Amino acid sequence: MSMAVALLAAEAGAGQTMTPVATGFFFYLLSALAIISAILVITRRNPVHCALSLIVTLLSLASLFLMLYAPFVAGVQIMVYAGGIMVLFLFVIMLVNLERALKEEQFNKQWLAGVAVALGLGALFFVVYRNGQNLFPGTPLELPEAQNTQQIGLGLYQNYLLPFEIASLLLLVAIVGAVVMAKKRS
Amino acid sequence: MLQYFQSYLRQPVTPGEAGNYLWATIYVLAVIIGVSLVVLTMNWGERKALAHMQIRLGPMRVGPHGLLQPIADAIKLLIKEDIVPAGADKPVFWLAPVAVVITAWTTLLVVPFGRTHAITDMNIGILFMLGTSSLGVMGIVMAGWSSNSHYPLLGSLRSSAQMVSYEVAMGLTVVSAILMTAMNDSGMYLRHAESANGLAGTLSMIGIVQAQATQGTWFVFKFFPLGLIAFGIFAVAMVAETNRAPFDLPEAESELVAGFHTEYSGFRWSLFMLAEYSGMVAVSSIAVTLWLGGWLRPFATVHGRRIEIPHYWQGGALDFASALLPALLFFGLALACFLAVARMPKLSVFRLQTVGLALFGALLGFVGVVLLAPPVRDRVQDVFWFGAKVAVFMYLYIWYRATFPRYRFDQLMRVGWKVLLPAGLAVLIATAVVGVVL
Repeated sequence: MSMAVALLAAEAGAGQTMTPVATGFFFYLLSALAIISAILVITRRNPVHCALSLIVTLLSLASLFLMLYAPFVAGVQIMVYAGGIMVLFLFVIMLVNLERALKEEQFNKQWLAGVAVALGLGALFFVVYRNGQNLFPGTPLELPEAQNTQQIGLGLYQNYLLPFEIASLLLLVAIVGAVVMAKKRS
Repeated sequence: MLQYFQSYLRQPVTPGEAGNYLWATIYVLAVIIGVSLVVLTMNWGERKALAHMQIRLGPMRVGPHGLLQPIADAIKLLIKEDIVPAGADKPVFWLAPVAVVITAWTTLLVVPFGRTHAITDMNIGILFMLGTSSLGVMGIVMAGWSSNSHYPLLGSLRSSAQMVSYEVAMGLTVVSAILMTAMNDSGMYLRHAESANGLAGTLSMIGIVQAQATQGTWFVFKFFPLGLIAFGIFAVAMVAETNRAPFDLPEAESELVAGFHTEYSGFRWSLFMLAEYSGMVAVSSIAVTLWLGGWLRPFATVHGRRIEIPHYWQGGALDFASALLPALLFFGLALACFLAVARMPKLSVFRLQTVGLALFGALLGFVGVVLLAPPVRDRVQDVFWFGAKVAVFMYLYIWYRATFPRYRFDQLMRVGWKVLLPAGLAVLIATAVVGVVL
């Protein structure tokens, strides 16, 4: 048993010694990828192209999570959003008659509101960035990568058990609602 | 140079963990080329095995017993005309096979062929594999939609519905296996105090196999029959995930011509085949890693009587015997080649084939001799056992295809949602409870 302990401890330690490579390059590459594909999501007229760009956005965000030493969040992002939800998105979009959607004129032009919201959000970010410098740590917290999953588990099931259960109850309500709506009226 | 190689060979970690770029690159290339070779071999093996099960001969013309048939097929596919339908959405049509292959190969990044033989070890290994393999369906959906044709669209609709439903059951059984990693050898959960010392359940592929090594049992036998049921559910779900018979509805040829890749031809079509078979290797290795002990040999805890052969081996007799198996396998293959050479008709048309087969046999024998060398033997046996277990699954895939009739779509959904999902949930809950009660 003691050998097993040493073995597993060495395993946990191995994750910590891994050093990131070319952080700056990957950060800017992934951010650029995320921003460009996010712009494509709203500018492309073809819904399938939009959905595919959204997948690229989600994947580059997942890689950014990986760079922040949060492998579990990154894995869940890929699995749930890119692998699960987006497949269902595409499933629905493919069934829609695309030719008509392409020809339709978009009459409720909301670009004014959009620009206002974007400017407001940008200003908010700027203020936070200017005034919050001493609020956030200058360097990222050196959390051991190997314990990310464990930390999330402990957080969810000890400190935040009630909110977590409430959130899952909410999802249950949504599922029941969907079943009720899909049920045939007798 | 030689010293560099030797110093690397002594490292007890994977290239990714060691942060060694050169070896990581070599491993990436080795895995990709290796899997492509496996796909070529499967191409021949599948046609041959199917043919024999149907009392036919299968490929016989190109090379002895059709051994060169996959190469001929590959050349044919490469030089075939590449057709893009006029109404196709060109960028997506072009991107779909690329996406499928990239996801299939990315999955192989964390496959632990041995303690030191993985490209890298990730803390979220199994999550990463499930995530990227679920991305594979995206490529199929893209292919089906961009072809702008009815059959491919129907095929990809079926594919996405099928994958989403079977992923759920698959995920539940994977969770029950991960729960087992969080137990100590007497079957109790590790307490919080222990997990503070880095002792905890793990999602890492290498960690899962090491947990089976420390607990002294493969997870398929743990809490009998819970592990076995979970493994069984996974074994069914993984066939559905890879779109193989009897769940090959996305490409059901009797209804949908060829399903999502109807409009593809030549090289692009071969990329779909490559991705399908690479995906089969990937999910088989998940099954092997989670339930069948990964690279551990059978009866890994039994070592046998201690023997000492000077300079070559010290240790258990059983360890020694199993370390010789890879070499013996290659000697057996070489012998089979030479027997075939002896039985070859003595005609001038067969001379080239005879010489080629003899050379191939000599090559196999040489590989066997190399595998006998102690340092090589010690490093390679992990890969051998892993490969042997995966090979069983690959054969099962062929066997299923030859024996089972295809499911109807409603039957498929019923099996997924009404049988596998509840069973998976039950196994998960039972595993969780057993770990507390025992």
